[in-house]
Amino acid sequence: MRREIPLLITAIVGIGFVIQYFIPHWPFSKMSDWFSDWFSIVGACAIILGALNLMKVSVEKTYRRKEDWGYAAVIIASFLLMTIIGIAEGRGFRNPGTSFDWLYNYVYIPLSATMFAILAFFVASASYRAFRARNFEATLLLIAAFFVMIGRVPVGHTLSSFMPVGWQLSDLASWVMNYPQTAGQRAIMIGIGLGIVSTSLRIILGLERAHIGGGK
Amino acid sequence: MEHFALWLSAFLTLGILSFLYKDNPWYKLSEAIFVGISAGFWFVTLFWDNLVGKFWDGWQDEPMLFVGASLGFLMLLRLVPRIGWISRWPLAFIVGATSGLWLMNYLASNIMVQVRATILPLFSTSYASGYDAGWGAIISSLVIVVGTFTGLVYFFFSKEHKGAFGGAARVGIFFIMITFGASFGYTVMSRMSLLIGRMDFLLGDWLGMIG
Repeated sequence: MRREIPLLITAIVGIGFVIQYFIPHWPFSKMSDWFSDWFSIVGACAIILGALNLMKVSVEKTYRRKEDWGYAAVIIASFLLMTIIGIAEGRGFRNPGTSFDWLYNYVYIPLSATMFAILAFFVASASYRAFRARNFEATLLLIAAFFVMIGRVPVGHTLSSFMPVGWQLSDLASWVMNYPQTAGQRAIMIGIGLGIVSTSLRIILGLERAHIGGGK
Repeated sequence: MEHFALWLSAFLTLGILSFLYKDNPWYKLSEAIFVGISAGFWFVTLFWDNLVGKFWDGWQDEPMLFVGASLGFLMLLRLVPRIGWISRWPLAFIVGATSGLWLMNYLASNIMVQVRATILPLFSTSYASGYDAGWGAIISSLVIVVGTFTGLVYFFFSKEHKGAFGGAARVGIFFIMITFGASFGYTVMSRMSLLIGRMDFLLGDWLGMIG
């Protein structure tokens, strides 16, 4: 029962979505609407489960005074602050001027933007190691990255302004992005598509069971 | 309040940037606040949008929403170790729905549409732009066809990469390296753009050094 029911649910829901693609009419269209609504609700519960689990781990760490427990306490306090304010403010929690909006604009946005911005430094140090033209493939990578970066900034346009239109650095960057980059990207996308289609089929047919703990 | 908000944002921004020196308590504090605030943000957003907006507001017109709510409740039972195995049922639902949806969507968008877009007329990349027999258009179309085909050959591992097949795979890896290089450059530019935004905030909004 612990394995058969999940396998049955996976198969029914998966086949239901496939059928409604080919027959987008009642009853399959209605079934698809139900599944989509349930998906949103269960997905929300999954994210909420993740947040509650974070709280469980942080509370345990703080209670047992484990290493760096102070930071776990900060996580709990921040979570409770955002959650209590957001719930208390009701459906209009996103409206400009609310406390939730204030926390979003002055705490969440600066933190998330800076967190991604510091990746620029790590990318720069990684590129120093990766961009040594040791062989032809590495040289191609270097040239493509160079043209895309220099062609997308004003200095690139200024440096090549004496060149005829169509041969300036920004034009070359656009050509690299539109043709060789698109060709390679397309091969990768088709490969990913074939992989996802075959994996999805295996899951729906019950051959792939990792999501229910694996095993026969 | 406006001043306090600016100083708080600057404090947190510099806290994250301080990681560039080394891992330190200021960074850890900012990181912990980020984790807690992010979790709270998504908790509140999904609570109001999906649980209240989708289920609570809609169950009177659509009683079948109770099935979704029940599956969601079963998902939360993961927190109770003794009966945590029941959470596999909603998980199976999510995996089944994603598989069914992606099976058709990826087949249509990632395979059929991409193959169709690759089969190009040599003398014009777009009928909408008019007839074009220039060398530039011909070479560009050939680059797309050859690059996509040889790239796929490279990803085909059921046959040893030797002879003509190996040669095609080698051309394929050239195109894939150009793709990685271009994607890398693009990523660097987007991260730089974010960094410029943060510097603009620190030097402009906070310190008022730039107008």
